Amino acid sequence: MDKRDKGILANVEWKVVIAWLFLILVGWLNIYAAVYDADHSSIFDFSCRYGKQMIWIAASLIIALFVMIMDPKFFSQTAYLIYIICIGMLVLVLGVATATKGAKSWLGIGEFGIQPSEFAKLATALALAKVLSAINVDMKQWSTRLTAIGIIALPMLLVLLQNDTGSALVFFSFVFVLFREGLSSTVLILGAAAIVLFVLALVVNPFILTGVIIAAVMIAYFILHGRNHRVKFIYFLGIMFFAAAVIFGVQFGYNEVLESHQKDRIEVLLGQKQDDKGVGYNVNQSKIAIGSGGLLGKGFLQGTQTKFNFVPEQDTDFIFCTVGEEWGFLGSALVVIVFIWLCVKIIKMAERQRSNFARIYGYGIASVIFFHVMVNIGMTIGLLPVIGIPLPFLSYGGSSLWAFTLMLFIFVRQDASRGDLV
Amino acid sequence: MKNSLSSRRYAVIGIFVAVGVIYILRLFYLQIFDDTYKQLADRNALRYVTQYPSRGLVYDRNGKLLVYNEAVYDLMVIPRQVKNLDTNLLCSLLKISKEDFDKKMEKAKKYSTYAPSFFEKQISKEDFAALQEKIYLFQGFYAQSRTLRKYPDSVAAAVLGYIGEVNEKKIEEDGYYKRGDYIGMSGLEKSYEKYLRGIKGSKITLVDVHNREKGSFQNGKYDKAAVAGDNLYSTIDLELQKYAESLMKNKRGSIVAIEPSTGEVLCFVSAPTYDPNLLVGRVRGANYKKLAEDISKPLFNRALMAEYPPGSIFKVAQALIALDMGVITPSTGFPCDKGLVGCHNHPSAPSVRDAIKMSCNPYFYRVFQREVQRMNPSTGKIDSKYGLSQWTEAMFKMGFGIRLDIDLPSVRKGHIPDTAFYNRWYPTGWNFYTIYSNSIGQGEVTVVPIQMANFAALVANRGWYITPHLVRSIGDENKRYYLKKYRQKNYSTVDASWWDVAVAGMYGVVHEGGGTGHRADVPGLDVCGKTGTAQNSGADHSVFISFAPRNNPKIAVSVYVENARGGGGTWAAPIAGLIIEKYIKREVERKETEQQYMEAAPCQPLPIGRSAAKKPTEEKKDSSAVNN
Repeated sequence: MDKRDKGILANVEWKVVIAWLFLILVGWLNIYAAVYDADHSSIFDFSCRYGKQMIWIAASLIIALFVMIMDPKFFSQTAYLIYIICIGMLVLVLGVATATKGAKSWLGIGEFGIQPSEFAKLATALALAKVLSAINVDMKQWSTRLTAIGIIALPMLLVLLQNDTGSALVFFSFVFVLFREGLSSTVLILGAAAIVLFVLALVVNPFILTGVIIAAVMIAYFILHGRNHRVKFIYFLGIMFFAAAVIFGVQFGYNEVLESHQKDRIEVLLGQKQDDKGVGYNVNQSKIAIGSGGLLGKGFLQGTQTKFNFVPEQDTDFIFCTVGEEWGFLGSALVVIVFIWLCVKIIKMAERQRSNFARIYGYGIASVIFFHVMVNIGMTIGLLPVIGIPLPFLSYGGSSLWAFTLMLFIFVRQDASRGDLV
Repeated sequence: MKNSLSSRRYAVIGIFVAVGVIYILRLFYLQIFDDTYKQLADRNALRYVTQYPSRGLVYDRNGKLLVYNEAVYDLMVIPRQVKNLDTNLLCSLLKISKEDFDKKMEKAKKYSTYAPSFFEKQISKEDFAALQEKIYLFQGFYAQSRTLRKYPDSVAAAVLGYIGEVNEKKIEEDGYYKRGDYIGMSGLEKSYEKYLRGIKGSKITLVDVHNREKGSFQNGKYDKAAVAGDNLYSTIDLELQKYAESLMKNKRGSIVAIEPSTGEVLCFVSAPTYDPNLLVGRVRGANYKKLAEDISKPLFNRALMAEYPPGSIFKVAQALIALDMGVITPSTGFPCDKGLVGCHNHPSAPSVRDAIKMSCNPYFYRVFQREVQRMNPSTGKIDSKYGLSQWTEAMFKMGFGIRLDIDLPSVRKGHIPDTAFYNRWYPTGWNFYTIYSNSIGQGEVTVVPIQMANFAALVANRGWYITPHLVRSIGDENKRYYLKKYRQKNYSTVDASWWDVAVAGMYGVVHEGGGTGHRADVPGLDVCGKTGTAQNSGADHSVFISFAPRNNPKIAVSVYVENARGGGGTWAAPIAGLIIEKYIKREVERKETEQQYMEAAPCQPLPIGRSAAKKPTEEKKDSSAVNN
C-alpha cells in the first residue's frame, strides 16, 4: 500500500528498463559498426542507417515515456480495437503495398513506411490476453480453444500471404501462452515431436523412417503392455498414424508448398547441401564472422568480415554477427544472457499480476521476444535455418524497434500498477 | 487448479533457459574452442576493390583532344594481412628505401589495420609491369588501377586546370569522395567536376592465404561496373590557343577571344603559362612548388583574376553611357585643352567617333563630368551621387564590376566604384573633381581581361552579350546536354541606336587618319578596336580590345600586355590583329609581323617580390601624363 501511494515511479521495474536501454545501445553501436565508413563517420549523418536508427531510438524513447504516463486500463479496454486496426492494415498491405525484398510487408507513403506485421504481434498478444482473461474461460472448452487459435491464426495467415514466412512463424510462439492458460501439455509434446519428425523426415528416407517408427512403437507397446495390461493398443496405433502423417505431410509440404529458396536454406542447414558461395553464404560468413571474434572480439569498428555493404542484411537480420565479431564471446554471450534474463523476468513479473489480462499479456510478449531471439541468433550461429526476422531492439529498422518497445512498455506500465484494484 | 497452472511457468522458464544455455555453449564452441573459423576469416578474405571510372575527356571546338587519360596503379595495403613479407624485394621493385617503407607502413597502420590504405600511389605502367609479376608474393598488398590526366599539346593550362587529392573537408561534405581520391582543383576540372568524375564501381574478389585472387565473389553479384565521366566539348580552338600562347611567349598578360554571337571563348591565355603535364602524377608536388614560387606567377590566372586598370578602352563604354543618358549627342565636340588630364598632340575632336578614334583624354573628362553632375529628378538639384549611381548601374549591365558567370572558378569582379564606395573612401565628402580619373579608365576602376573581351563582344553584337563560357556541351551523342545560362542574351541598358557610333569610332581607330591602333589592321577584315595604355606603378600596360569583321563579327579579342613599355597601339593592337587573322583566315600571311611579335619581350622585368597585378588602391592617381 505504501508503494502505491508513491505513484507509479516507485513500482516501475527499473531493471527491465535498463535491460531495454542496454539492448538498444548495443544495437545502435553495432549498426554503426556494420555501416561504418572511416571517411564518413559523423554519427549525425541522417542519410546513413545509423543516423536514421538514432532518430528511431529517440522516437521510441518518446513512445516509452508516453506509454508510462497513460492509464494502464487503456490497453485492456481497447485491445480488440487495436487488433482490428492491425488486421485492417495487414489487409491493406496485401492490397496496395509495394513489394520489397520479395515480401509485401510495407505500408507507407514515399520514403516513410511501416511494417504492420511488426505491430500485429503486439495486437495479437493484447487480443489474446483480453479473450482469455474474461471470466469463466476454460481452456478445456473447445469454444475457448477455437477462439484463441482463431485470434492467433488470422494475422498469421495474413502475414503468410504477404510472403513473410518468418514473421508468420512468430505466431507459433503464442503456444506458450495457451500452455500456461491450461492447454494440455500433450499438445506441446506432440508439437515438439512433430518438429523432431519434421527434421528427421527431411534427412532420412520417409519409408525407412516410417518403418523404424512403427517398429519402435510396436516394441514399446509390447514392453509396456507386458508390464501393464491396461495400456491400450489404440493409443500406440494413434501415435503411429500421427508419425506417418507428419512424415508424409512434411514430404508433401516440402516438395509442393515451400519455394526453392526456402528449401535451399533448410537443406543447407541440415548439411544436405554444401553451398558456401550461394545460399549457404550468409550462414557460412555469419559463422566465420562470429567465430573469428574469439574471446574478446576484434574491437569496436575493427571487424573484417562484417564490414562493406555487400553482405545483405548485415545490420538487420544478421546484426548479431557484428556483435560476435567485434565483441567476442564475452559480448555475444552477454547479449544472449540479457535477452534470456529479460524473457524470464517478464514471465516472473507476469505471475505476480493480480489482473489476468496483465499476466496473459506478459506471457504473450515474453514468448514473442523469446521466439525472435531464438530464431534470429540460432540462424546466425548455424543452429536454425535462415528465417528473416529481426533481433528485438538491436536490428536496424523503425517498425520493429517501435513495436517491441511498445510491447515491452505496455507490460511495464501494467506491472507498475499491479497493486491497483482490478 | 490455479496453482497447478501457475507451476507451468517453470516449464516455460526451463525452455527459455535451456535455449540460452545451448546458444552460449554454441558460441563458446564457435568462438573459443574451434579455431577453424579464425583461420577461415583470414583465409577467406574478401577484397573490396574500388573501380575508378575514367574521367571525362575534354575536346576542343573542332573535336581535337585537349585532355585524355593514362592508366597508372596504386599499391594498396591491408596491414593486418601482411605476413612473411620480403621487404627488400618490395622496396627494390618500388624503388624506395627501407626508411620510406617503414614510414608508409606506419601511416597505413595508423589509418587502420583492417581497412586498405594507399601504400604507393601512381605507379607508372612500366614500373608496375615488374611489380605485377611478383605481387602474389606480398601478402596483404594489391594493386588498384587509376587514371592520370595527359595533355597532348601542353596548352591551355589556365582553362583546363588540374586535379589533385581531395581534402578532408570535401570528404566530409560529399559522400562521393574517399581518402586518396582525385578531384578537380581548378579550371574546367573543378567547375565540371560533377560531370567529369563519373560513377565509381566496386568489385569484390575472394583472396586466399597466398594473396591469390580466387575469383569474383558470388559470380560478381555484388560487383558494380564504374561508369565513365561525361566528356566535355569545349569552345576552345586548339590551333588558335596554341598560336595565342606562342604570341604571349616572353610576355606577361593575357589574351581572351570570344565568338560574339555565342559567347564561346575561342582562346584563353594567361601569360606566362605552364605545361599542364607538369601538374600531373608524382611530379606534381615538386613542380607545383616551383610554379608557386615563380615571381611572374604562372599559376595566377590573369585572364580571370588580374584586376587591371582598363585605360582608354574604357572610353568606349563612357561614350555609350553618355549618349544613352542624353548628356551628349554623336556630334558633341569638346576642345582638347589638356586641363586636369593631359593628352597627346592631336586636333580637338568634333564628334564622339573622332574622340574615340583619337582617344582624347580631355574629351572624356568632360563626358564623365556630364554623366556624374546630373540633375536629380526627385530634388531638382545637380547631384553627383545620383549621376554616379546611374553610371554604375549602366556599367554593371555592360559586364563590368560584376562577376561574370563563366564556367571557370575564381573569376574576379574587377571594380566599378559606386557612391557607397566613395562615401567610405572620402568620409568628409567627394565630388566629380575627386573621382575624375575614372573618366579615362584609371583611378578606382579595374577590369579583368575576360570582361574586356566580353565588352568587345557586347559592342560587336551592338548591345547584348552571352555570358562567356568554355564548354559548349557535355556528354556524347546519346545524351548530350548544355547549360541553359549560356544560351541567354544579356542586354545592356544602352539603346540600340548608339552602338553604331561606338563601332564607327572603333573602326576609325584602326583605319582612319589620327587613329591610335593602325597596327591591328588585317587587310580585308575590317578590324574595329580601341587602344588603351594603362598607367601603374611600373611601365605602362598595353591594352587593346577589338572585333572583326565590322559587320557580322566572328571574333572579339582583348589583349593585355603588362608593363610593356609602350602604348596599346604598340604591342596589344598588333597581337590582336594576328589573333583575328589566324582565326578567320586560319593562316597568318604576314609572317614578318608574326615573327616580330612572337619573339619580342617588351615587358619590364619584375622586381623581386612585386606582383604585376595590383589592387586599384595601390595605383597612382596621377593622370597628368599622356594616356592613349
